[in-house]
Amino acid sequence: MQNGKVVSMIRFDSVSKRFPNGTTAVDDLSVEFSEGGITVLVGSSGCGKTTTLRMINRLVDPTAGTITLGGRDVRDLPAARLRRGIGYVIQQAGLFPHRTVLDNIATVPTLLGWGRRKARARAAELLEVVGLPADAGKRYPNQLSGGQQQRVGVARALAADPPVLLMDEPFGAVDPVVRALLQDELIRLQAELRKTIVFVTHDIDEAVRLGDQIAIFRTGGHMVQCAPPAELLARPADDFVAGFLGSERGLKLLSLVTLAGVPYEPVGSVRSTATVKEARDAAAGRWLLVVSPDGGPAGWLDTGALEGLPGTSAVAGLALAPARGLRDSDSLLSALNETVSSPAGVAVRVDAAGVVTGVTGQDVLHARQRSLT
Amino acid sequence: MTIEWQWLSTHTDDLWALSLDHLSTAIPAVLLGLLIALPLAVVAHRIRPLRGVLLGLSNIMFTVPSLALFVILLPITGLTRTTAITGLTIYTLVVLLRNTVEGLDSVPAKVREASLAMGRGRVGTLLKVELPLALPVIMAGVRVASVMTISLVSVASYIGYGGIGQLFTDGFQRNFPTPVIAGVVLTLLLALAADALLVLVQWLCTPWIRKGARA
Ligand SMILES: Nc1ncnc2c1ncn2[C@@H]1O[C@H](COP(=O)(O)OP(=O)(O)OP(=O)(O)O)[C@@H](O)[C@H]1O
Ligand SMILES: [Mg+2]
Repeated sequence: MQNGKVVSMIRFDSVSKRFPNGTTAVDDLSVEFSEGGITVLVGSSGCGKTTTLRMINRLVDPTAGTITLGGRDVRDLPAARLRRGIGYVIQQAGLFPHRTVLDNIATVPTLLGWGRRKARARAAELLEVVGLPADAGKRYPNQLSGGQQQRVGVARALAADPPVLLMDEPFGAVDPVVRALLQDELIRLQAELRKTIVFVTHDIDEAVRLGDQIAIFRTGGHMVQCAPPAELLARPADDFVAGFLGSERGLKLLSLVTLAGVPYEPVGSVRSTATVKEARDAAAGRWLLVVSPDGGPAGWLDTGALEGLPGTSAVAGLALAPARGLRDSDSLLSALNETVSSPAGVAVRVDAAGVVTGVTGQDVLHARQRSLT
Repeated sequence: MTIEWQWLSTHTDDLWALSLDHLSTAIPAVLLGLLIALPLAVVAHRIRPLRGVLLGLSNIMFTVPSLALFVILLPITGLTRTTAITGLTIYTLVVLLRNTVEGLDSVPAKVREASLAMGRGRVGTLLKVELPLALPVIMAGVRVASVMTISLVSVASYIGYGGIGQLFTDGFQRNFPTPVIAGVVLTLLLALAADALLVLVQWLCTPWIRKGARA
């Protein structure tokens, strides 16, 4: 609620939905979807994810409870007005096949009465934002690939700059490569736009990748747990959640937790411009880290190979085993991998500029891993 | 059966006038049919239980013999063109109603939902999304209804508004085949012309289908 900013937190208070045929799609749901973050709803088919989403923009009306958006009951506004302030993206985009891509994107601005020119100009701007070529605007949706249509769907939802975005399996119908690409784009866009996003998926990996918060549903419309991904992976509420997260839960957690705060120790090294004598002097064990002129790791030098070489000859040109520098933003998993694949058995750490700061051994990484659960 | 070309050349003006007369019954009948079918179809599409009733009713109306239909209408509208048009309109409904309902059914639920979710109202969604997308199926109905009506106008000869149909009455009464053959050919030509025109209209109105093939 700070300084007049649009408040877009979504709150469910004891919300239930029973369809006339007796199906309970959502059962007594109380949850908050945090403002400016991505909340991902996951769960098996038919557990009420779509219904939950559609109650927010009132495509479905709850049979009990209240939903508030920024503190206001969603029923306070006429449905059409409410919906123009909430972006909506669905699987296979649901684009209007009879309108050009530009007109599709301009839908909500036009409904808001922006005028044709302004709406079109905004649509053209959005083509670029979602990474589509300008000439795609004149085409019809079925002249685009599935991935491109999905991008148009996102552009259409963003057109009037709504604070809230509802996305129902938006990337469910595209192949894994394109899906990963679209996920990257969403992460990039979100870093900039900070929308309150509610995102539905079947794919737990997608959820872990995108979610600031993950809500797990089980059949019958119950929400079992809602927590940030790392917490969910580390401390699943029950066997159902653990089962849902899959057998690779530990690995997923490791790939999610970063090296920030994981200590490192100093490491002996030589510059790649050094002489063999200097290398001999610096060596503490069998493997010596060679640092390139820019400060990054060049590779590991086997000091055993120095025997018999004249002290004045150069280190440059000798065979090195590869060494990868890991930043604080890299995952615990990638550091563990590095300790296994590097001959020295440690992970080389670098700062934001890529300059070597030290090394971390397996024992330290394992200690961090144990501290998670 | 021989054609007397002489008769044809002396009657071109009559043939032209009869064709125009024919169309002035057929065109209003189809337009009126469309005007009635559209709202009824929307109702039938929205309210499930009414669908069977309305479609069934239009089917039953279609089976009423034309002579009987005119006899029923005569006391109300008399020996006028209105009677002819009204009767034919009732026949067009069977096709127009069914096709419009099917056209609306053919609109993907996702697209309709997307329109509502963008904040377009129900009426706006119907006019701007559902009807345009139903157009190809509706137009298929209009084409069938037009061809059917053009061939049916002749039955209104009973009440003197048969257009080209008068050539048949004339020919049969005098046992003179030339006008009958001319009437058949003219009816056929009108039907073909109307159909071609409607195909063109549809082509112009649906650029998204024309350009739909993936580039
Ligand atoms: N309009 C409706 N009428 C009756 N039942 C419905 C309706 N919509 C959904 N349901 C039922 O409500 C339950 C939840 O449906 P919902 O679509 O929310 O599930 P979901 O979690 O989105 O599933 P999926 O992952 O398959 O998309 C299901 O059992 C479904 O059959
Ligand atoms: Mg769903």
